[in-house]
Amino acid sequence: MSTATATAASPVKAVIRSRLFWPAAVLTVLLVANLAFTPDFFSVHLQGGHLYGSLIDILHFGAPLILVSLGMTLVIATGGIDLSVGSTVAISGALACLHISDSSDPGSVGTVLTALGIALGAALVLGTVNGVLVARVGVQPIIATLILMVAGRGVAQLITDGQIITVTSDPFKLIGGGYWLTMPFAILLSALVVLATVLLTRFTALGLLLESVGGNPVASRLVGIRAMRLVGLVYVFSALCAALAGLMVSSNVSAADGNNAGLWIELDAILAVVLGGTSLNGGRFSIGGTVLGALIIQTLSTTVYTIGIPPETTLVFKAFVVIAVCLIQSPVFRAKLAARGTRTRRTTRSHAAGPTNREVGA
Amino acid sequence: MRQQPVLEVRGIRKEFPGVVALDGVDFRLFPGEVHALLGENGAGKSTLIKVLTGVHPADGGEVVLAGDRVRIAGPLQAQQAGISTVYQEVNLCPNLSVAENIFIGREPRRFGLIDWAGMRRRAAELVRELDLDIDVSTPLNSHSIAVQQLVAIVRAVDLSAKVLILDEPTSSLDRDEVRRLFAVMRRLRDQGVAILFVTHFLDQIYEICDRMTVLRNGRLEGEYLINELNQVQLVSRMIGAELAGLDRLGGGKRSERTAPADGAVFLEADGLTRRGAVEPYDLAIRSGEVIGLAGLLGSGRTEAARLLFGADQSDGGTLRIEGAKTALRGPRDAIAHGIAFCSENRKTEGLVGELTVRENIVLALQASRGWTRPLSRTVQEQYALRWIRALDIRPDNPEALVRNLSGGNQQKVLLARWLITDPKLLILDEPTRGIDIGAKAEIQKLVANLADDGMAVLFISAELEEVLRLSHRVGVLRDHRMVAQLDNDGELTPEHVMATIASGADR
Repeated sequence: MSTATATAASPVKAVIRSRLFWPAAVLTVLLVANLAFTPDFFSVHLQGGHLYGSLIDILHFGAPLILVSLGMTLVIATGGIDLSVGSTVAISGALACLHISDSSDPGSVGTVLTALGIALGAALVLGTVNGVLVARVGVQPIIATLILMVAGRGVAQLITDGQIITVTSDPFKLIGGGYWLTMPFAILLSALVVLATVLLTRFTALGLLLESVGGNPVASRLVGIRAMRLVGLVYVFSALCAALAGLMVSSNVSAADGNNAGLWIELDAILAVVLGGTSLNGGRFSIGGTVLGALIIQTLSTTVYTIGIPPETTLVFKAFVVIAVCLIQSPVFRAKLAARGTRTRRTTRSHAAGPTNREVGA
Repeated sequence: MRQQPVLEVRGIRKEFPGVVALDGVDFRLFPGEVHALLGENGAGKSTLIKVLTGVHPADGGEVVLAGDRVRIAGPLQAQQAGISTVYQEVNLCPNLSVAENIFIGREPRRFGLIDWAGMRRRAAELVRELDLDIDVSTPLNSHSIAVQQLVAIVRAVDLSAKVLILDEPTSSLDRDEVRRLFAVMRRLRDQGVAILFVTHFLDQIYEICDRMTVLRNGRLEGEYLINELNQVQLVSRMIGAELAGLDRLGGGKRSERTAPADGAVFLEADGLTRRGAVEPYDLAIRSGEVIGLAGLLGSGRTEAARLLFGADQSDGGTLRIEGAKTALRGPRDAIAHGIAFCSENRKTEGLVGELTVRENIVLALQASRGWTRPLSRTVQEQYALRWIRALDIRPDNPEALVRNLSGGNQQKVLLARWLITDPKLLILDEPTRGIDIGAKAEIQKLVANLADDGMAVLFISAELEEVLRLSHRVGVLRDHRMVAQLDNDGELTPEHVMATIASGADR
C-alpha cells in the first residue's frame, strides 16, 4: 500500500543522525585535545568536601552561560532573538549587590532572599517590556531587544553609580561561588533550571506550540495558538534566566560591575544555541544541544588559558575554532566534503561541479 | 529513433529519510514536444523535476543532456544548461518588482552597475510578448498568484531554455490565462523547446500534450503517445488498478446532494463585510449542508470565508453562530465555536514544514486544549495513524517531515488536522487544487460523507463541476461581491454558474 520503503537505519546511523551527535562530538574532541596539553585534565578530586578539577571548572564557570543560552533557545525557537540578556545580567547583579550592601545585615538569609526577589522582579519587568514590544507592538526582535541592550547597560551603571559595588555576604556567595553536596552550587542550580525547562517544554505541549509558532507564525495563528502570549512569555523567561545568571556572576566575585558583567554574553549565548543545532530561523529547538553548545564555548575559553595562547590572539583562535565547528555541523558542508572526497578518488579531473564541467561517462 | 532526445534520464533513484521517492525511473524528452508527466500525489513527479533542476541531487542513475552525461549540481547550473522551471508554488521574491524578479541573478549591466532602465524596458517587452498587461515596476506581491505564476513563466521563457519544465502552472490560472499560457507553450514548442508539463487537469493534457510519461509509487509506469491512451485508460495507469475504482470518479453523485439539508442553521452572516476584501454579503449554512462558493480567482471567495473564521476582522455586518450573535476576535474564537478552516495556501498558511506529520495533525486540537493539557504521545500516534490510513497519506510514516510530502498528501494532513477537532463547520478553500484525480475523488467523497453525518461545509473551488457535485447551494462571487446564491436543484449546470459569474462582468 505504502510508497514508503522505510530505510532501515542501523543503530550507528541513528546515532550520527541524532541532532546531538555533532555538538557532542565537537565537545569530546575539544576536551580530548586538552588532555594533550594538560595530562590531568580529566582528573577530579575531592578536597575538603569540595570537588575540584578542570571539568568541574568548566561546568562551574559555564553555568551562567548555560542559563542565558537556555532562555535564548526558547526565544530563538519562536524565530526571535534577545540581545538584551547581557544588560539584564548586569542589572540583576547590580540590584542584588546594591540591596545587600545597603542592608544593615548583609549576611542574613532574609536580606539575600529579598535581593534575589528584587533582581528577579526587575527581570520580570524587563522581559515583559521586550515581550510586549515584540509580540504586541510588533517591533522586530533584534531592534526591540537592542533598545534594552544599550539602555540597560546604562541603567546598570546608574544603579551602581558607576562604581563596582562589593558585598560580603555568605548566603549570597553560595549562589555563584559556594558549594553544596560537594558540587559548586551554580552547577546544581543551572542543572535544576535546565531540567525544569525540559520538563516544562517536553512534558507539556509548550515545546510543540513554540516550534509551531517559530516554524510558521501565520499557520500557527490559524490553528488557534495564542502566539502573541507565547512569544511574549519566552522573552520574560529569557530575562529571568539572564537575571539568575547575573546573580551567579556577581555572587562569584562578590561584586557588581555594571560595566563588564555579562558583557557580550548575548553573543556567546546565540552561538551556543546555534552550535546546539537550533536554527536561527526558529522552529525546532534542542535544549540538550544548547547545553552542549554552551559547554563547547566554555571549554574553548578554558582551553585558551590552559594551552597558553597569548591573550591578544585569543579571539582570533576562538573565531577559527567556531568557524570550524559551524562548518563541521553543517550537513551541506559535510555533503560537499564527502562528494569531493569520492570524486577525487574517482577521477583526478576537475572538481568543479556543474554542467559546464562535463564528466565523461563511466 | 527518429530524433535524439534533448534530455534523457536513466535509472534515477532518490531517497529521502524514510521514503524512496524515485526508484530507477527512466524518462526522455524530445525537442519540440510538450510532454506530460503524470502520476498520483507522491508518485514522484515533483521529485523527478527537482532532480532534473538540481534542487535535489540524485542518489543514483544518470542524466544525459543533448548527448552528454551531466551532473546537475544546482538550479543555477540547470538554468545555464538550458533547463528552466516554473514551480507549482511561485518561487520568486514577492517584495521585489516584477522586472527584478524576471532578471534576478542575470541583471543587465552597464559599466558593472545594474542597468535599471534597460532591465525595466526588457521586462516590459517580455511581458508584452506574452500578451500580459503588467506594470513591471510594481512589486510582485501586489499581483494575484495567477499573475505571479505568469511572471515566473516569463522569467523561465527568457532564460532561453532548451527544456522548460512547468510544474502545475495552470492550477491557479483561470481559463483565459490558461489559454494564453497554452498559446505561449505552442509557440515555444514550434521553436524547438522541449516542454515538460505537469498538471492534474486531464483535459489540458489532451489539449496540448504530444506524449506522456506515467509514474506510480516512485516507479516508471510507462511512456505513451497521447493518442495511445484515452482518459479512462490513463487514469487506471496512474492509480494502478485496471479500471478499478473508476466509478468513484464518476459524476453520478449529484443527485444525492439535491435534497435540501434540513438541519438547524449553524451559522448566519448578515451583511458581513470587510473593506477592500468583500462587499456585504448574507449567507446561512445549515448543519449537514454543503455550500459551494464559486467565482474566479480573486473574486473574494477566500476573503468571504476568512471573515467567517475570524482570520480577518469584519468591519460591518453581523455574524450569528447557532443563533447567538458573535464577534470573532480571531481564529481561536472561531475554533472554540467549532469552525475549522483549511487555507488554500497550505505551505504558508497551513502546515509547519519542519514538524512531522503527527505533530501537524494534532496541532489544532492541541492548541485548543492549551499547553497544560498535552495529548500523550500514544494518543497523538493513534490520531495520526488513524487518519494516515483513512486518507491514505503517503508515506504512511507519522514521523515523516511534512515538508517532504507531496502537495496532495500535505493537503490530506491539513484536512486530518481539522477533522480530529470534530468541527461543526468545515471551511475548505481549494482543497483539491494541485491534487491528482484519485485524491480529489477521495476528498470529495469525504466531504459528502461528513455532510451526511451532520457537518456543515463551506466548499470553495474554481472547478465548477466539483462545486456542483458536492453542494446543496452555490454562492457565486464576482468582483468581491456575492452576486447570487443558486439552489443546486439538479437543473443547475456549470454553464449556468459560469453565466452568472460572467453576467454584467466587464469582459
